[in-house]
Amino acid sequence: MTVEHVEIRPGAYADSVALLQVSRDVAATPGVAAAQVAMATELNVEVLQGMGFTLPAASTNDMVVALRLDDESALSAALAAVDAALAAARKGSSGGEVTAPPRTTGSALRRAGGDLALVSVPGASALVEAMDALDAGVDVMIFSDNVPVEQELAMKRIARDRGLLVMGPDCGTAVVGGVGLGFANTVSPGSVGIVAASGTGCQQILALLDAAGVGVAAALGVGGRDLSAAIGGISTTTALDRLDADPTVEQVVVVSKPPAAEVAAAVEKYAAGLTTPVRFALLGAGQPDLTTQVEALLGDLGVAVPSWPTWGTPAVRSASGGTALRGLFVGGTLCDEAMLLAAETLGPIRSNIPLSPDLALDSSLLESGHLMIDFGDDGLTRGRAHPMIDPTLRLEHLAKVAADPETAVVLMDVVLGHGAEDDPAAGLAPAIAAARAIRDVPVVVACVGTSADPQGLARQAEALAAAGAEVHLSNAAATRRAIALVNGVAR
Amino acid sequence: MTTASLPSATPAAVAAVGADMFATAVADQAVPVERVDWTPPMDGTADDLATVAADPLRRDANALAVSRMLDVQAMLVGVAPASELLGLEKGQFLHAGPPIEWARASGPLRGALMGAAAFEGLVEDPEDAEALFASGAEVSLEPCHHRSAVGPMAGVVSPSMWMFVLEDPATGRRTYCSLNEGLGKVLRYGAYGPEVLERLRWMRDVLGPLLGEAVSAAGPVDATAILGQMLQMGDEAHNRNRAGTLMLLRDIAPSLVRTSRSTEEIAEAFAFMGGNDHFFLNVAMPACKLALDAARDVPGSTMVVAMARNGTDFGIQVSGTGDQWFTGPAQLADGLFLGDYGPDDANPDIGDSAITETAGIGGFAMAAAPAIVRFVGGTVPDALATSRRMREITISENNRWPIPVLDFAGAATGIDVSSVCRTGILPQINTGMAGKVAGVGQVGAGLVTPPASIFPAALAELARRTRDRA
Repeated sequence: MTVEHVEIRPGAYADSVALLQVSRDVAATPGVAAAQVAMATELNVEVLQGMGFTLPAASTNDMVVALRLDDESALSAALAAVDAALAAARKGSSGGEVTAPPRTTGSALRRAGGDLALVSVPGASALVEAMDALDAGVDVMIFSDNVPVEQELAMKRIARDRGLLVMGPDCGTAVVGGVGLGFANTVSPGSVGIVAASGTGCQQILALLDAAGVGVAAALGVGGRDLSAAIGGISTTTALDRLDADPTVEQVVVVSKPPAAEVAAAVEKYAAGLTTPVRFALLGAGQPDLTTQVEALLGDLGVAVPSWPTWGTPAVRSASGGTALRGLFVGGTLCDEAMLLAAETLGPIRSNIPLSPDLALDSSLLESGHLMIDFGDDGLTRGRAHPMIDPTLRLEHLAKVAADPETAVVLMDVVLGHGAEDDPAAGLAPAIAAARAIRDVPVVVACVGTSADPQGLARQAEALAAAGAEVHLSNAAATRRAIALVNGVAR
Repeated sequence: MTTASLPSATPAAVAAVGADMFATAVADQAVPVERVDWTPPMDGTADDLATVAADPLRRDANALAVSRMLDVQAMLVGVAPASELLGLEKGQFLHAGPPIEWARASGPLRGALMGAAAFEGLVEDPEDAEALFASGAEVSLEPCHHRSAVGPMAGVVSPSMWMFVLEDPATGRRTYCSLNEGLGKVLRYGAYGPEVLERLRWMRDVLGPLLGEAVSAAGPVDATAILGQMLQMGDEAHNRNRAGTLMLLRDIAPSLVRTSRSTEEIAEAFAFMGGNDHFFLNVAMPACKLALDAARDVPGSTMVVAMARNGTDFGIQVSGTGDQWFTGPAQLADGLFLGDYGPDDANPDIGDSAITETAGIGGFAMAAAPAIVRFVGGTVPDALATSRRMREITISENNRWPIPVLDFAGAATGIDVSSVCRTGILPQINTGMAGKVAGVGQVGAGLVTPPASIFPAALAELARRTRDRA
């Protein structure tokens, strides 16, 4: 048999919203069949009567507590629940107020300002985030892989129309005002400006200039496809304008993977009209390698060319022979440069980023003959981090290549700087030692970095040398040594 | 050229989205970094988002749509019958939300239509109106939004009902809304009992003419300014309109007293308006619509210009897609219930009142009215967080509607379809809940969001139009 309890609390007040909450809390108390705590307004009196309660006379400034209980014994608990709920309603619960982080690039720029956005979301979403930056009048650097080329073109056109610069995609290197963005080396300030349609190509130039004691004003990565026919050098042109307008820049160098010839010609023509001299280091068959280009640049600057550093004991051919050069790269441009050099003397090189389509390597990455693999290519980074961050795949492959009796020489690169692994030699040096323990195969490494890099150039190079590798700062020099070892020529 | 665009100048600050290592590397070099909490967009929207983002019209279109909206001054200029204002004829009924036919209409919408049919004398007993509407003969249904009007809850307007008239003096454009009946058993919640019809008749015969006379005499009342003040006074102008109601009364009281009506009738009108904390809602809504209508039809704009529900469907309209509705099933509100009512008694979301959220107040301005958050058992920090969160999906802010506790940041303004699809954050709406059975009336109040699916649908149409223009 249910019991009703109705009491009027004159002068007690809580707002209607709080009282709805109180009513709900009290109704959830065991033994309570129905509960309504409300100010005795006309509407609420009607509601209470509708629930079957009989009310004494009350004014709108009175609070009504109306309870229907399973039996009398539930009353004290129910009233305690009313008081607790009313107290809770008055007090509220002020948790620590935390401002949630922004959810879009546009929101982040609205909140905190800023003059640059870094975008590294999956490629399908990169344009959307980058457009937030361009809408806010801010330059953007895109690290994302797999950005559709038509989207790259669309955002670069919009950026050009607004006087803004899109750096990237797929060229994660820049140095702006001494700050390294993405994969970038720590360099001294100076007078050289770099426009890079190649990330590791840029890093090679930074490393060599650093070794020659030449500082850098800025390096602007414009995306690996910027000098392709599809993009037409839009960001390269903007970057040239920016560097030309910067009074600290006295000499500019443009570095790129093999460009579209007509685009390269157009950009060279454009650069000829600028005040600041521009040197082009564009890779391609019959073109100078990057080290040669840096040496020419040093000549432009009137700086003596140093002897490029090397570490370790000169490698010798393995007693177990082998005929093939096997290159395992994390840097696409370094791989390109090595293939271009090696093809001149060794003939066709098969690769996952082949110099011509007929030289494409199948997905096993294990064919006969000279092979060079770019582990940083989009095809090998789907679903995993770039090999400059996660070396697992390349280390596994190193063991396979070393065990292959056809392998005469292993050629590798190691790229240091911001963004790269904290200590690449920690994984690679033991792997090289293990590989050499199998067949005594010579390992030549290009270790691209600067003395001020977080990983420390000398420390890394020395660790690799201690594991039995012959280490060079210049990728071209390392490649030439590897070719010589394949050909059986002594140093 | 700013110094920031000199490549040798150090960036003052950087925004970073995606892999944290890039942000960390920059932060390690002592450059301030604002990190974005990025999540993948709503399923299947990545391509359309890119298409719309790259639309050369979009940025300026959105800026234009927002500035047009913010330029509107909504002045209350009159009160008159719908027959005069809209040319509404006997048998023509307006309703809330996107278009709907009787067969799909929810209980509260049916109840309100039945009550309105009796009020107009089409039937003697409201119950007899079911057959009339089912036959479709001599009656027609049309959304309020198609007639420059808005209506709370069922939003039913019939020719004899008196309406507020809001006007933008710069353009002469107008919007309309019926007079608020109060809470409890009222037509807009689907109740149609004798007391409901009696009240409607009194509003037609006494309140409407009295207000018409008073507003004409008082001269235009600045509803936009009152809305700004309300936010300073604990209202969010959807579920709390106390301050707004009092300010309206304050502005028109002298003229009300001077009307030709008897002292008794004037006193009744005062008591009715003063006793109805929601009276101003029906001024706030058309004021919001007047502003949002100015943002309509800007090609390329992704800004939402209307959110409305008919109790069955939730629909949005977008500036860049004309009058097209994008609809999905209206959701059940999460909230608190009156008396013995519970979730099973509630009808899905209904009413044009989400025009307030579309304009940046209501649920978007919860921080201004923290009490509202208790509708879902939330806390004051929840209210602050909600108002801040809405800024993630809006294009701009309204400096005429500042929120004190957010350091006077303007109300989040201009919901961006793209931002909703990118973040998955849905607009937050404060709402009353109607009983699902015709005739019941209000059963509670709470918080609700639109169905997520309508935003990708609107985005797809925006993308289609972008591609057609290319």
